[in-house]
Amino acid sequence: MNIHEYQAKELFRQYGIPVPDGLTAATPEEAESAALRLGGPLVVKAQVQAGGRGQAGGVKLVRTPPEAGNAAAALLGRVLRTRQTGAAGKPVHQVLLEKALDISHEYYLSLSIDSAAEQVALVASGEGGMDIEEVAAGRPERICRVNIDPFIGLRAYQLLELAGAIGIPPSLKRQFTSIGLALYRLFTEKDCAMLEINPLALVENGEGKPALVALDAKAGFDAGALFRQPDIAALRDRAQEPPLEARAFDAGLNYVSLKGNIGCLVIGAGLAMATMDAIKLFGGEPGNFLDCGSNSKTEDSREAFEIILAEPGIEGILVNVFGGITQTDLVAAGVIEALRRHREQLPVVVRLEGTGSAEANRLLLDSGLNVQLAGSLTEGAEMIMKLVASQKGRKSRPGAML
Amino acid sequence: MSILADENTKVVIQGITGAHGLKHTRLMLDFGTKIVAGVTPGKGGGVCCGLPVFDTVREAAGATGATASVIFVPPAGAAEAILEAADAGLALCVCITENIPVQDMLRVKHYLRGKSLRLVGPNGPGLVTAGVNGKGCKLGIMPGDIHLPGHVGVVSRSGSLTYETIKQLSRAGIGQSSSVGIGGDPIRGLNFVDVLEAFEADPETYALVLIGEIGGNGEQEAAAWLREHSSKPAVAFIGGRTAPPGKRMGHAGAVIAGGKGTAAEKVAALAAGGIPVAETSDLIGATLAGHLQKRGLYAKCLAR
Repeated sequence: MNIHEYQAKELFRQYGIPVPDGLTAATPEEAESAALRLGGPLVVKAQVQAGGRGQAGGVKLVRTPPEAGNAAAALLGRVLRTRQTGAAGKPVHQVLLEKALDISHEYYLSLSIDSAAEQVALVASGEGGMDIEEVAAGRPERICRVNIDPFIGLRAYQLLELAGAIGIPPSLKRQFTSIGLALYRLFTEKDCAMLEINPLALVENGEGKPALVALDAKAGFDAGALFRQPDIAALRDRAQEPPLEARAFDAGLNYVSLKGNIGCLVIGAGLAMATMDAIKLFGGEPGNFLDCGSNSKTEDSREAFEIILAEPGIEGILVNVFGGITQTDLVAAGVIEALRRHREQLPVVVRLEGTGSAEANRLLLDSGLNVQLAGSLTEGAEMIMKLVASQKGRKSRPGAML
Repeated sequence: MSILADENTKVVIQGITGAHGLKHTRLMLDFGTKIVAGVTPGKGGGVCCGLPVFDTVREAAGATGATASVIFVPPAGAAEAILEAADAGLALCVCITENIPVQDMLRVKHYLRGKSLRLVGPNGPGLVTAGVNGKGCKLGIMPGDIHLPGHVGVVSRSGSLTYETIKQLSRAGIGQSSSVGIGGDPIRGLNFVDVLEAFEADPETYALVLIGEIGGNGEQEAAAWLREHSSKPAVAFIGGRTAPPGKRMGHAGAVIAGGKGTAAEKVAALAAGGIPVAETSDLIGATLAGHLQKRGLYAKCLAR
């Protein structure tokens, strides 16, 4: 689960990690009065959960409160499309106003899970302010990495070594160390999956002395740990998630919206991916990933099927369930309910095998619905593509029907 | 023969009195698994499914001689259940629980270094060693009626594809020695290579099926290991060729991160090692059958 920059910065403040003075606003009027309180030149930053906001026009530099109001008016309510959001973009419901700072250098600092090493990894670079993957690809020697022993934790000397390696000025090494330690404490105490400061900027503080400050903040959390992080779970902004993914999440389904024309309802993540791949092999494009979970009952399958039906661009649906623990007859009943409720004419191919499949197939055959049964995934993928093609043929040649 | 567990392995169920634990304890008993006790803290002294229930794994193992456990404990307590199994001196622990916090698993994995416990999972279906006449060993939640005893070892990151594969093999008359689901989490107990090593050491396993998916580099490591060390023919399947980058595909570990861990990468690594990769999941059985015929092992792998 991801949160907004302003929320991450609030956590940073709680942990003593320096961030610029800032205020959020949800209306142009709020932005103007926030600008009045902050004073001086400001940046107005659209709050969307995606990188690449700067290039997408989501960050504006303003000098006066009326300018801040105008910038907020231009951003709020808009859908921002960045290189990370995809074509759908993400809605801007808040802006963050911060004092504009004079930056003399940009560093990079992050914590994430290194699953190969089975440790938390601290990554730092003297080249901040750009995509770290670009740095990693072009100048890997500019990236420093420390894996952290989960029992010992991150130690000050490791951060001092890193500070030297990435070129932190000697007078700021202590501050860098305390930022690193605080970041690690936040990471472990809040069950983070990822924390990123990019850039960690070298600026002048109020007294004209050099200081480090987290200009941007990104935080992601381990979904499996949210049960013990209620304050973090409460930060979820449903509006930032693709609507059908949010609906599926609330229904306890593992769901990813994709752009293709063939929906698929599957139980089991591995089989779900295999089903998508088979659709592609037979010339279709998967419209979604869906793993219903092995304890799926009729209402779960119905909700899942309805979510797929709501996916734009879907021309046919392939259901593929191997019933081990799952009762496939309950899945079939859910599919039938959804089709009846929506009077859906979309081609549907169902492949059910294992527990309850004889009953399931009988239910489908007796339903009177236009559902085709397939004996295998390959057969199912082939069938759905043929049905979709013939349906299209009919639609594009209405005269031929008369 | 088999790896990790067989019909004589004595098993305790951690979390036996929960709904999930109860249901699957019955199914495992039906399969022939030698379950000797259950463990639920606070319910020691009771009886469940006709088995004695203890407060701790140490008490259960001490009283029964159990050497393995299966964990059905909810996520908040599952990491501790694994630690308890390790400290009780068990040799094998199969953890079914999904959604264990990652940082709990980091500490567990660190603690297990140098310990004798072998952990299978978490977030997997467990393992099955098929047997005849109700003499098998099923540790976990795999369906019981798909297995056929034989000589093919199956190792997989996906529960659903494990079932599919086993069913295909059994239908084709190709039996299995053991089938192991290593789980869909990024931080897990045994990896592909650990299981492949065990299969290599098992004289009754003649051939291998490896089922992987996007995320991480376990499949690439497995491909390299098979090329270097394996005397047994292997085939593979990789799920997620159409998965978009940066999106978690159901399993916590199934995500293409920073452009790494793609299906194409994994398929290429396996192909470079001469390992045939099935194009669709329902061709895994046929791909293995074809490969066995080429290697002259087909008849040997057919169950009589």
